[in-house]
Amino acid sequence: MIVQAIFFYLFACICVGSAFMVIASRNPVHSVLFLILAFVNAAGLFVLMGAEFLAMILIVVYVGAVAVLFLFVVMMLDVDFAELRQGFFQYLPFGMVIGGIFLAELVLVVGAWTLGSNLPLESPIPAHITNTEVIGLVLYTRYVYFFELSGIVLLVAMIGAIVLTLQHRVRVRRQKISSQVSRSRATAIEVRTVRPGQGLEGNA
Amino acid sequence: MNTITTLSSLQPILPEIVMAVGAMVLLMIGVIGGGKGTGVNLLSTLLLLAVAAFVYVFQPNQTQLFGGSFVVDEFARYLKLLALLSAAGTMLLSLDYLQTEHQQRFEYGPLVILSTLGMMVLISAADLIALYLGLELMSLALYVIAASNRNDVKSTEAGLKYFVLGALSSGMLLYGASLVYGFTGTISFAGIAKAAGAGGIGLIFGLVFLFVGFCFKISAVPFHMWTPDVYEGAPTPVTTFFASAVKAASIAMFVRATIVAFPAITHEWQQIVVFVSILSMALGSFAAIGQRNLKRLMAYSSIGHMGFALVGLAAGTAEGIQGVLIYMAIYIAMTLGAFAIILSMRRDGKLVESIADLSGLARTHPTQAFFFGALLFSLAGIPPLAGFFAKFYVFLAAIHAGLYILAVLGVLTSVVGAYYYLAIVKVMYFDDPRPAFAPMPYSVRLVLAIAGLINLLFFAYPAPLIGAATAAAKSLF
Repeated sequence: MIVQAIFFYLFACICVGSAFMVIASRNPVHSVLFLILAFVNAAGLFVLMGAEFLAMILIVVYVGAVAVLFLFVVMMLDVDFAELRQGFFQYLPFGMVIGGIFLAELVLVVGAWTLGSNLPLESPIPAHITNTEVIGLVLYTRYVYFFELSGIVLLVAMIGAIVLTLQHRVRVRRQKISSQVSRSRATAIEVRTVRPGQGLEGNA
Repeated sequence: MNTITTLSSLQPILPEIVMAVGAMVLLMIGVIGGGKGTGVNLLSTLLLLAVAAFVYVFQPNQTQLFGGSFVVDEFARYLKLLALLSAAGTMLLSLDYLQTEHQQRFEYGPLVILSTLGMMVLISAADLIALYLGLELMSLALYVIAASNRNDVKSTEAGLKYFVLGALSSGMLLYGASLVYGFTGTISFAGIAKAAGAGGIGLIFGLVFLFVGFCFKISAVPFHMWTPDVYEGAPTPVTTFFASAVKAASIAMFVRATIVAFPAITHEWQQIVVFVSILSMALGSFAAIGQRNLKRLMAYSSIGHMGFALVGLAAGTAEGIQGVLIYMAIYIAMTLGAFAIILSMRRDGKLVESIADLSGLARTHPTQAFFFGALLFSLAGIPPLAGFFAKFYVFLAAIHAGLYILAVLGVLTSVVGAYYYLAIVKVMYFDDPRPAFAPMPYSVRLVLAIAGLINLLFFAYPAPLIGAATAAAKSLF
């Protein structure tokens, strides 16, 4: 039990610390790297809670895809962050007002609201199956409709990406690998006899 | 609850399966067949019409699948027919446009089909996850086809604007959905209705955020800002799709979620709907007056019309929902007709879209001018055209529900709206003629003829539509 507590505080501290560094660090690449650190520690927290599936998904999706994509965007786009920060003090009062409103709302939420009375606070999961197994049990049966629909949504996203980016320009020279590979000696080499002192004529 | 044991138990969802598989098959035909995609887009139109016929003939009356996530009832059937028919109408309008504007590509048809599939899921959705997935499926395809003309800056702008704001509104809707789930402990509409009896401020917060998402999709004030730019920038057939099928599906989502999930807090949401409705009607009427571009004008007109449709929802009764359904059917017929006219305004090989270009249309193209004039009178709500009956039923429901102020304001704003519709009629009939337009393509003529005849002759035989709308409205209560 004490080991679990130690790891909890370890992960939680690094998570909060690196989350702070995400917004505090001056270099955007460092920010993204801290973001990845925060994700990994959050995954650790999930493992401590016994939600190993969520932990792995968090690493695969957020660290493997989203954060790396972020990193690429940050490094490839030439965003001048110094210029972005210039309006900081100009917008500060407005930002403080918005922040104040959100803080007040949070206080209200924590202070006054109660959760719905029939909300199941603890889901009854049998002890002998892991939570990954439980997801597998319902994903293709009870929730097959949502699963298939998500697949179609992703298909549309893929078609959309192709439609919007693939362009057959007329005057682009393309490499035709098949015709390159299928060249034989007969089509590639021409033997010409060159007479001394005259050189080749025509399009050699 | 209906568990899936055999393949035949999937029969209620067969239209959706046909749409999904059909879209994939058509994509493969497009990829393997090569070519410009004329054939694929024609086949897409036929598929939409075939599924519409199937839904009309075979759809069972009252079933649910997948633990209540997917509901088939009269309401779903009515709106699915509307969405499918307006999608087919859009495709008919697109066929010639894509060819003459050199934007022909085979992905267009399948994307319209997939978007319509999203609408069907949305219309049948009876829990929050299905609702969100349907909404995203519909919207994602829309973002793509809005930006499909990449050589045009306005089209790209339209796609990007719609995408960014759509993502924001989806975020709001999800936030609302999570709050509703948190305070009721369930995602199914029926479950929410049971748990909502206790009320509570958290649930109302969730409801408000859900409404933000809904209002964005139907472009009701104050979430309408994107509408004129997107409508103007997107290719005209795509704008037709936005103004017809998308509106039908979004209204369906709005109505089902509100009526089925929140009957216990009717008083709370009624205030919001009344407020949104009045603002939309007013903005739709006043902001359209200064417009010179027909597509922008139609955008403001659609904002106003959504306000009128919401009058029926504000009533919150079966009669009000019946009004909304009749309104949507007639509104879609009017919109398809009006856009058929806009698509036929081709002069010197280019599409023109300003009101001044219609000048003297009555002398150069008398039939076209007559149909457009009738559609405009109908949009303004002048009897005995269909548009009058649409407004009549929603206002009647509002008065029966005791919402007198709303009904009076609605009538007043529709008088203001009549001004700008009739101003176009004046330009067509009394101004000096301009050079004639190119002849209308046959597919566009077909859409215009059907839409025009529905508008002109609705008063003679209204029974089928009103009967269907009554049955559909009853199935929700």
